[in-house]
Formats: sequence, structure tokens, C-alpha cells
Amino acid sequence: MGEVLVLVDEVDGTVKKSTTELLTAARRLGNPSAVWVGPGISDAAMATLGEFGATKVYVAGDADVAKHPVAPAAEVLAQLVAQVSPVAVLVPSTADGKEAAGRLAIRAGAGIITDAVDVTLDGDRVVATQSVFGGSTIVHSTVTHGVPVITVRGNAIAPEAAPVTATREDVSVSLSEAARKATITGHTAAVKGGRPELTEAQVVVSGGRGVGSAEGFSVIEALADTLGAAVGASRAATDAGWYPHQYQVGQTGKTVSPQLYIANGISGAIQHRAGMQTSKTIVVVNKDAEAPIFELADYGVVGDLFSVVPQLTQEIAKRSS
Amino acid sequence: MKVAVCVKQVPDTWAEKRLREADARLDRESADGVMNELDEYAVEEALQLIEANGGEVVVISMGPERASETVRKALSMGADAGIHVVDDTLGGSDAVATSAVIAKAIEGRGFDLVIFGSESTDARMSVVPAMVAERLGWAQLTFAQKVEISGGEVSIERVTENGFATVTAATPAVVSVVEKINEPRYPSFKGIMAAKKKPVESLTAAELGLDAATVGAAAAWSAVNDFAARPPKAAGTVVTDEGDGGVKVAEFLATQKFI
Repeated sequence: MGEVLVLVDEVDGTVKKSTTELLTAARRLGNPSAVWVGPGISDAAMATLGEFGATKVYVAGDADVAKHPVAPAAEVLAQLVAQVSPVAVLVPSTADGKEAAGRLAIRAGAGIITDAVDVTLDGDRVVATQSVFGGSTIVHSTVTHGVPVITVRGNAIAPEAAPVTATREDVSVSLSEAARKATITGHTAAVKGGRPELTEAQVVVSGGRGVGSAEGFSVIEALADTLGAAVGASRAATDAGWYPHQYQVGQTGKTVSPQLYIANGISGAIQHRAGMQTSKTIVVVNKDAEAPIFELADYGVVGDLFSVVPQLTQEIAKRSS
Repeated sequence: MKVAVCVKQVPDTWAEKRLREADARLDRESADGVMNELDEYAVEEALQLIEANGGEVVVISMGPERASETVRKALSMGADAGIHVVDDTLGGSDAVATSAVIAKAIEGRGFDLVIFGSESTDARMSVVPAMVAERLGWAQLTFAQKVEISGGEVSIERVTENGFATVTAATPAVVSVVEKINEPRYPSFKGIMAAKKKPVESLTAAELGLDAATVGAAAAWSAVNDFAARPPKAAGTVVTDEGDGGVKVAEFLATQKFI
């Protein structure tokens, strides 16, 4: 079996869950090799990568790679593609990941497929499944030129452990002049609570126009916190300034696919549905019985969210105490 | 300063989209064509930069004949001139070929900056700006929530998953912007009238020096094998709140083992 390169996504040195999903997917195509771009890989990170089946971990640990955005990861991957001729390169569908994949496709002369929700091997062909137009259409695609470069959406594939001992292989990379042209001069962390990240959360609780005000979102947040959920918002709510833009779910915001999505006061225009339609279970609370979001509901309540949601929060707290 | 803004005509965001049975390509005829929403922010940012620093804004679009409406819209917002790459051989181009066309249209025209929206609402790949930067060998300053120019240096706040990174480079640079960066203006009546007299250069792939064999659907490096509508979801249970709606949802969540 050939190698499958998986670009590792990490935060503060810890391997993100999306990487364990990619390693799981990579095992269907061949032997996964993780690619770590950044200084300082910890033993814990090596262990996590091994636990999910990475037999090799390529480490491009030169301090320079962290000073420039996106291009270094693309150049490291391009170098490895030339060196090991992998079956495929899997990259997380984050902004950084997609852009690195894009640059890699140009450098390596390879076709690219983004936002896959599954990958399989059909003979010697790698087939990617995409869920497009807000999940209304399922597409199977293949890269027809060069090494398949595929970005894989978070939360789409259930991670399964397959422990091996990962062997570290250091990669020395000489960045091109172009890759060094943009320099990261600082990071500013967003003020954030203890909630999980929107695109990785198992449960998302969202509010829309029906929430009515910034203050109204405290009801949404309270429910989210009893469920350990992330908070999302429809475009109507973020455009009105009731909730920050970075939490927008929809066509012009984030795409989420949690186990449970609770939509409160959201009518369900295509703009919003495009970002949450593939959630596994959908609960809807809305005053308007005609709201199109009810078409997606596994369970819906026609009622005022300001009475239903606090009661639900209370009931969950009661049941779990 | 000379700034290029790349815009794309896409099916209206609020319309249902589908693939054509015959060739698995997006059905662009069944919905109104509009300027990709995120590109409006790119146009606005370019106009603001020029208003503050002086210079000109050139709008660039690749697309069929009717995409000229989108070029015109950018001109009516205030851009000075347009380049419309229009050529039947380009239909069905993948992101790899599209980036080659855009890079060729930018190259050699003395631009200090090229600004994109961070994604198109039809294909939603978010890769073309990075690909264009790679092809041109220019600095990539993408996903910007803020852009500042001073002398020959451009600095942005790149939105990241946990905040933002400050990224700096010397021009020329490729920038993409996110929707929270500004509030795009509406074209004024005066702007709409003025746009009619602004120059738009029409170019073919060959005129850009591209080999027809490297663009279009036949040259794409990825292909759709098959596609199907997602099976419709089984209808769920909908109840009317009679004072116990919250408890009922909790009961449902309990049966599904969420609580």
C-alpha cells in the first residue's frame, strides 16, 4: 500500500480532532503518514498521531515555517509529494488547509477537490464524496491529473483508533523566496468563553431573527452551556449586530455538521440551511408554523423561544442533576 | 496606486442551486446572476483604499457574456475600468485553470494589489486567491478583516480560528477579504450613469497567451463521476407549545440519548 499524506492541524501543539478524522480516512486509501509543519512536536502529539494509525510523521520543524502563512505548508507537502509519490494528500478543510491545498495543487500539477465528507478507494482511484448546495446534492468526484489533493471537512468522518508506533522523520525544507514574502508579525486571540469551536462541536445551539436583540442571546447561550454546545447565529442575527460574525452559520458563514443542531427563531432561508442542513439531528423552535426550517426538523416546537428555550435549559439541568 | 479587484458572477445566493444532468456543471441559467456577495466587500475595500491613497481600481472578471453585468456593477460602485475575460473555451474550467486565467489577466499591468472576496458562494472552494498568489509569486495576504497600506507595505489582520494574525508584506500582494471588513456601498444613480462610459476591455484566453488545451471543462484536473439529490429527510414531529414545549424537547433529546 502506498503512502497517504495527512497535513496535521494543531492548536498550541495539540493535535486537533479533525486530524484524527483525516488519519482514519487515510487508512482506507493506504498507509497514513502525518505531516507536521511547525516547530516543536511533542511526545503527546506523536502518540496521538500513532494512535490513529500514522506509521510515519514527517516533521518540518524549522522555525521559519511558522513565520509565514500558508505557503510553507504547501511547499513542504509539494516536496514530500515529489519524494514519496503518495496515493493522495488529505488536508483539513480549514481556511489555512484549503489555501495550502490550493497552492500545493499548482506546485505539484495536481487536481484538487475541497470539502470532501468521505473518501474511498475504487480500484486504484481515489473517490471523494462531497455534499454540496447546503447538503441537497451528493457528488462523487475523482482527481484526474496528478496526485489527488483533497480537503476533508471536519466532523464528517468518525475517528477510529488503530494504534501503531509512529516513526519520526525530519524534513529539511528550503522555503522559496515567494513563500517568505508575507510575514506573520503577531497573533491576537479572540476573547472566548469555554465553548467548543463551532465547526468541531458535537452540539450547536443557534439563534436567529426571532432572538430579537443582543441581550436575547443570553437565553441561547444558557441552553448551549447546559449541553456543552457551541453557539451559532443566522445571518439576520449577525448582520443586526446581535452576535459576532465569526459565529455565523450559513452560506456566507461557517458550515457545521454536528450530531445535534438546535435552531431557535431561525426561519430557514437557503442561506442558513446551506450551513447546517447536514446536521445529524435537528431540533427547531420557532413561532411561525410556516417557517421552512420545520421541513428539516426531526423535532420541532411551534412556540415562543423565550418560554420554550429557558424551560428546556431548566429541564436538562434537572435531568442531569 | 493601482488596485485590481476580481469579481465573479454567481447564481443568486437565495436561490436553490442544482447541477445539470448532461454535464454535472452548475445550472447557471435557472437563477438570476448576481455579483458574488463576498466580492462586493472586495470592491468596497479597493475603493476605500484608493479614496485614501489615490490611484485607480480595475475590476477583473472571467465569465460568460452576461457576466459583463457584474463588471458594470463594480464600475457603478466606483471602479475606474474593467477587464472581462470572456471566451467559450473557458466554460467548465476548474480552480486550477481559473487561477491561471486570472493570473494572466493581472500580470504585467502594474498592479500593487489584487483583492478578492474570500470565497464564491457557488463553488465555495476558497482556493483561487492562494493559487493566484502562488502563480504570480506575490505575497499572499488572505482572509483579511482589515487592510492597511503604508508606503510600499501592506498589512492585514488575517482571521484565524481563534482570533486573528497580523500579516505584513511588501507590495505587490494578493489580498482576500471577509465579510466583516466593511459595508459595501450601493451604486448611486450618478455612479450607474457614469459606469456606462467607463472602459471595459474584453479578452479571450488566446489573447492572454493561454493555450486553449489547458482551460475549460475538458482540461479540468478533477471530474464528477456521478451525483444525486440527497434523499429527502423523513418528516419529523412538530408540536405546538402549550406551556410544556421545553419539557417535550427535553424528552425528545433524552430518547435520542443527547441528555
